[in-house]
Amino acid sequence: MDYQYPEFEVVRNADRCIGCRACERQCANEVHYYDADLGKMMCDESKCVNCQRCVTLCPTRALKIVKSDNTFRENANWTMENIKEIYKQAETGGVLLSSMGNPKPLPVYWDKILINASQVTNPPIDPLREPMETRTFLGQKPTEVKRDENGKIVNNLSSQLKLEVPIMFSAMSFGSISKNAHESLARAAAELGTYYNTGEGGLHKDFYKYGPNTIVQVASGRFGVHKEYLEAGAAIEIKMGQGAKPGIGGHLPGTKTVGEVSRTRMIPEGSDAISPAPHHDIYSIEDLRQLVFSLKEATEYKKPVIVKIAAVHNVAAIASGIARSGADIIAIDGFRGGTGAAPTRIRDNVGIPIELALASVDERLRQEGIRGNVSIVVGGSIRNSADVVKAIALGADAVYIGSAACIAMGCHQCRACHAAKCNWGIATQRPDLVKRLNPDVGYKRLVNLVEAWNHEIKEMMGGMGINSIESLKGNRLMLRGVGLNEKELEILGIKHAGE
Amino acid sequence: MKRIFVNEEWCLGCHLCEYNCAFANTVSAGKSKANEMAKALKGKKIFPKIQVEENDGIYFAVSCRHCTDPLCVKGCIAGALSVKDGVIEIDQDKCVGCYTCVLSCPYGAIMPAEDGHVAQKCELCTRNSCGSPACVAGCPNNAIVFEER
Repeated sequence: MDYQYPEFEVVRNADRCIGCRACERQCANEVHYYDADLGKMMCDESKCVNCQRCVTLCPTRALKIVKSDNTFRENANWTMENIKEIYKQAETGGVLLSSMGNPKPLPVYWDKILINASQVTNPPIDPLREPMETRTFLGQKPTEVKRDENGKIVNNLSSQLKLEVPIMFSAMSFGSISKNAHESLARAAAELGTYYNTGEGGLHKDFYKYGPNTIVQVASGRFGVHKEYLEAGAAIEIKMGQGAKPGIGGHLPGTKTVGEVSRTRMIPEGSDAISPAPHHDIYSIEDLRQLVFSLKEATEYKKPVIVKIAAVHNVAAIASGIARSGADIIAIDGFRGGTGAAPTRIRDNVGIPIELALASVDERLRQEGIRGNVSIVVGGSIRNSADVVKAIALGADAVYIGSAACIAMGCHQCRACHAAKCNWGIATQRPDLVKRLNPDVGYKRLVNLVEAWNHEIKEMMGGMGINSIESLKGNRLMLRGVGLNEKELEILGIKHAGE
Repeated sequence: MKRIFVNEEWCLGCHLCEYNCAFANTVSAGKSKANEMAKALKGKKIFPKIQVEENDGIYFAVSCRHCTDPLCVKGCIAGALSVKDGVIEIDQDKCVGCYTCVLSCPYGAIMPAEDGHVAQKCELCTRNSCGSPACVAGCPNNAIVFEER
């Protein structure tokens, strides 16, 4: 007996439905069907994941999906969710799997931080009338000015990443997302003058041409890593951890390791791609340093190396180690970061908020005088341009967006990526579904999103009287907290509103 | 001249172009499209001028190519088909329903109209209130485009 009750109901307006069957054809979960005997469209709502594909495509807006109001005898402790999860595990004996970021009602510090604006004593700047700089460079910054015997300045700058906007696309592997999604990201990054990240899935041969806007990732499974791959990218990222699942590896099921995915990952077709939890050659900062310099040697010191970690309890100390390992950039992924699949308990309970991690890392590196050794990039649920401004003012050099980028491409956060039947053609490898994301459309939507955010960032900077993103960096005086306790304010390094 | 092109690579076989085509001639300005479309098409068999061909997981929509040397116009015994500014038009008042055009079109882009007595074909929405092709505007994946090639 199945104790589960469908989470959603499909509501069809019979007056509006013209029986075009677009809903039926577009639902990979096979919710909708036409009953010839009754002469009308029917549905099996138990299969619905609420991805909104049918709702969006219905030409007469005859459909809506609502949360079922069927109620268990729940209470504040035994919530419906807790009860349902127990039923599921009692039925299957399995580890619960989830997708996308942590949905729990834990504090979102971005929403408790407010931004300053100039009044009277210092003039705001109008970005439509005056130049406003959002260009930024990521990489090690020299601590001293060197001159030759004639007094000319010697260029002692190591390789840098040049970003026209302080926003990059987070690592999402080809395998976890489709080829068309990757193409959309790559083309958008190229047009915007920023970078996208291959994730741990190798780089498809068709996308080498986007190399100057590509960050290639080296993760614990080392899938798809070879010399040309390393040389193809503008930077190399060593992935130590991911915000959605700190401390555990990855698992791309064999069903997704097909055709081009298997060739790009350089593993046999149909084999599970298992990324171990640790890098088996990294058990210390010294080991990490070896990998950083191996990668630099392999690419003749032309490319900056990023080390990506999940935000965990000792993040500041870990970042301090990374800043001394020779890495050029530290990427920190907060506990709300998305994923194509993670054990639910890990996703919902492991890691710390990115806001606190960022503030403590920036502060620690400053105290130790090594902040210039590295740039800091943060990700893990940057949802809008205000989050970007707050992150930069807390000390980040740039941000990574993953979930927001997916949403721009059509994702409706149904959180069923692990089912591999994404109706929007993003988190799937099924050819009939992949083709639903036309990169011409997807890339344009990404460009629109980032350009819109950039306009807003300029507006907010202008309001503060700042005309360059560099002047906003680490400028915590521009931030105030609301509803935060002393300890939270201390960690964030900001004052309370009114102070 | 701009023509309608269908890119099979992006066609999802959702058939929405057929419904947008069937509705294209009946749009009333200032009304809710959803309501008007439901009113026009509910419970009716549609006779679109663009049709999705599908077999074995491959889909693509087919409509008139507006050939530069059109066989349908050559074959028309009643003088109902003509080329105007590159657009092949049909004068249904002149059409006698012999369907020579239906037989001669190599693409299957001309078909009998709803009443079964005359032929119909895509005229690029030049003779309805849409202004530009409704199938193109309504395609969710940019598989149908209206462009110069």
